[in-house]
Amino acid sequence: MYRWGMVIDLDRCTGCQACVVACRQENNVPFAGEQEAVLGRGKFWMNFISEVKGSYPDVKMRFFPIPCMQCDHPPCTKVCPVEATYKNPEGIVAQVYPRCIGVRMCISNCPYTVRYFNWHAPAWPDDYKRGRNPDVYKRRKGITEKCNFCIQRIRTAKWKAKKENRRIHDGEVIPACAETCPSGAISFGDLNDSNSRVSRLSKSRRAFRLLEDLGTKPKVYYLKEGEWHDG
Amino acid sequence: MTDSEAIARKYEKVITPMTRTGWAFWATAIPLAAIFLWSVFAFGWQYRFGLGETGMGHPVSWALYLVNFVFFIGISHAGALVSAVLRITHAGWGTPFGRAAEAVTVFALAAGPTNILFDLGRSSRFYWVALHAQFKSPLLWDFTCIMTYFTVSVIFLYVLMVPDIGLLRDRFPGRRWLYRPLSLGWTGTEKQLSALGKAIGFLCIAVIPIAVSVHTVVSWVFGLQTQPMWFSTIFAPYFVVGAIYSGIAAIILVTIALRKVYHLEDYLKPYHYNNMGLLLLVFTLLWAYFTFAEYLTVGYAGGEAEHAVLWSKLTGKYALLFWIMVALCFVIPFPILVFRRTLPGLLIASICIIIGMWIERYTIIIPSFIEPRLPYVRGDYMPSWVEWSMTFGLAAGFTLAFVLFSKLFPVISIWETEKDEKEKESKGN
Repeated sequence: MYRWGMVIDLDRCTGCQACVVACRQENNVPFAGEQEAVLGRGKFWMNFISEVKGSYPDVKMRFFPIPCMQCDHPPCTKVCPVEATYKNPEGIVAQVYPRCIGVRMCISNCPYTVRYFNWHAPAWPDDYKRGRNPDVYKRRKGITEKCNFCIQRIRTAKWKAKKENRRIHDGEVIPACAETCPSGAISFGDLNDSNSRVSRLSKSRRAFRLLEDLGTKPKVYYLKEGEWHDG
Repeated sequence: MTDSEAIARKYEKVITPMTRTGWAFWATAIPLAAIFLWSVFAFGWQYRFGLGETGMGHPVSWALYLVNFVFFIGISHAGALVSAVLRITHAGWGTPFGRAAEAVTVFALAAGPTNILFDLGRSSRFYWVALHAQFKSPLLWDFTCIMTYFTVSVIFLYVLMVPDIGLLRDRFPGRRWLYRPLSLGWTGTEKQLSALGKAIGFLCIAVIPIAVSVHTVVSWVFGLQTQPMWFSTIFAPYFVVGAIYSGIAAIILVTIALRKVYHLEDYLKPYHYNNMGLLLLVFTLLWAYFTFAEYLTVGYAGGEAEHAVLWSKLTGKYALLFWIMVALCFVIPFPILVFRRTLPGLLIASICIIIGMWIERYTIIIPSFIEPRLPYVRGDYMPSWVEWSMTFGLAAGFTLAFVLFSKLFPVISIWETEKDEKEKESKGN
């Protein structure tokens, strides 16, 4: 059994936000538009936070890409009254779009605030529509959606591996954000495989997880800035 | 039946409002109906274009609808709980409030959960909560408890009305189509009375734990979540106390209005209100105690995330609302209830408390969303016209339901008043 996890090296992150764009493209995350974004309705399956410290010329900037943490003890799944979200056997917190009735209790119980709601029917600019990914399930207004580690890619890789009667190799399947990251800050793989890159990195001294004290046990690890060649 | 004739004459003032509908009725009912219908339009609008028509967003994903939900469910506690407790304890002074309290319960329970329907992204699939029930969700417990409470409250209101409906069936031949099936052949025989007594005894006992469970579970919808300042062990009793508090205020407000409009001064006497005022005073103190305990604990021992929310309430963005709430829920009603338990005094106190308790729910729900645990997601919230329409529409619908109810059924329990009087007489002899 696989146990998918991600490691984001904050030292390597340059803040280019290519991951945000790639994620939007891969998962058909709709455009909120300027007006809606002001109301906080922008959807970012891969969210991106930057923090500026100091002022010119002595400026320090820190970046923080935030996907769904894919918790091992997800607070969001247990509160759904219709079981529209669940942790799948491979540890991914999945959303069943046709089952969701839009209660939004999962959104309010997510301490990382990485679940997004379709306040209006999803919309894209016209010339963008043709480029949508056909592998991704369609969403409608009134339901919740979230990052799922590009589950469609994992599925495809699993079919291929099954045909060839083997396990998925480390690095064979990666989500769009990791694929596009120019500095290779994002690693993805099987945490159950002790030789995989994510396994090794997640045991690094630099590794930490967000809000660990809540006991949610995220499967997204971050590597602190400052120490190279350590993982 | 000469007996019914005599009773009807004696309780003429209670029955008259049901026979006469003057301009005042229409002047009340038509605007209320208009506001209610407007809210139906607003809901249609929201259903068509999506929840984006509200002011909600990220991170404030629950807002006014949840406030209204908790508020109306709170009001509903008055009812059954107060009238059941007063019946069990044989507090005779509660009799004239009984019917109004039970009706308030039923209508508030109709209004409260409706908000959840508004709040759903796919309202038409609300029944999936029953169909695909996931038992770990506090919302499912809520659904179960509220449905049980609603059913029991309707039965409670109805059973206690059966003898009166029997009387009305004999008095209003024109409305037989309504009263005859509802009266269940009530004639007031010894056997029927004893059966009714048993049913009431059972219902009184059943309704108390159910009512407590309802607001307990409503509090858990918040209290079991990770949001700062929701995650609190005293939320359940705090909510139950707050619910009964606003409920009693609602009963006082409703009965003062009925007393004035339908001239029921003979039944609802200052003595009754004095006692009701004392009960309200007890809950004012309980509410203040719980509030103090809750905020002190968070302020003294709370973590960073909790403090962010706490200070936004005490001195920050929500300070104005928070201190208005403290004034309306404690500072103003407390001295009134201690020194002036007169009708005007109680009227002012209850209006303050009802508005104050609505604001209390607002300041419990919204600030925690604005300041979530991780410090990067910040948002703001201002209700849109759709949400305000729905809020006022519900309030109008609630009032309208009560007005219509008072035109079809006596708002004071005739048979219980008569029974109390007979008991008093026999004791005197």
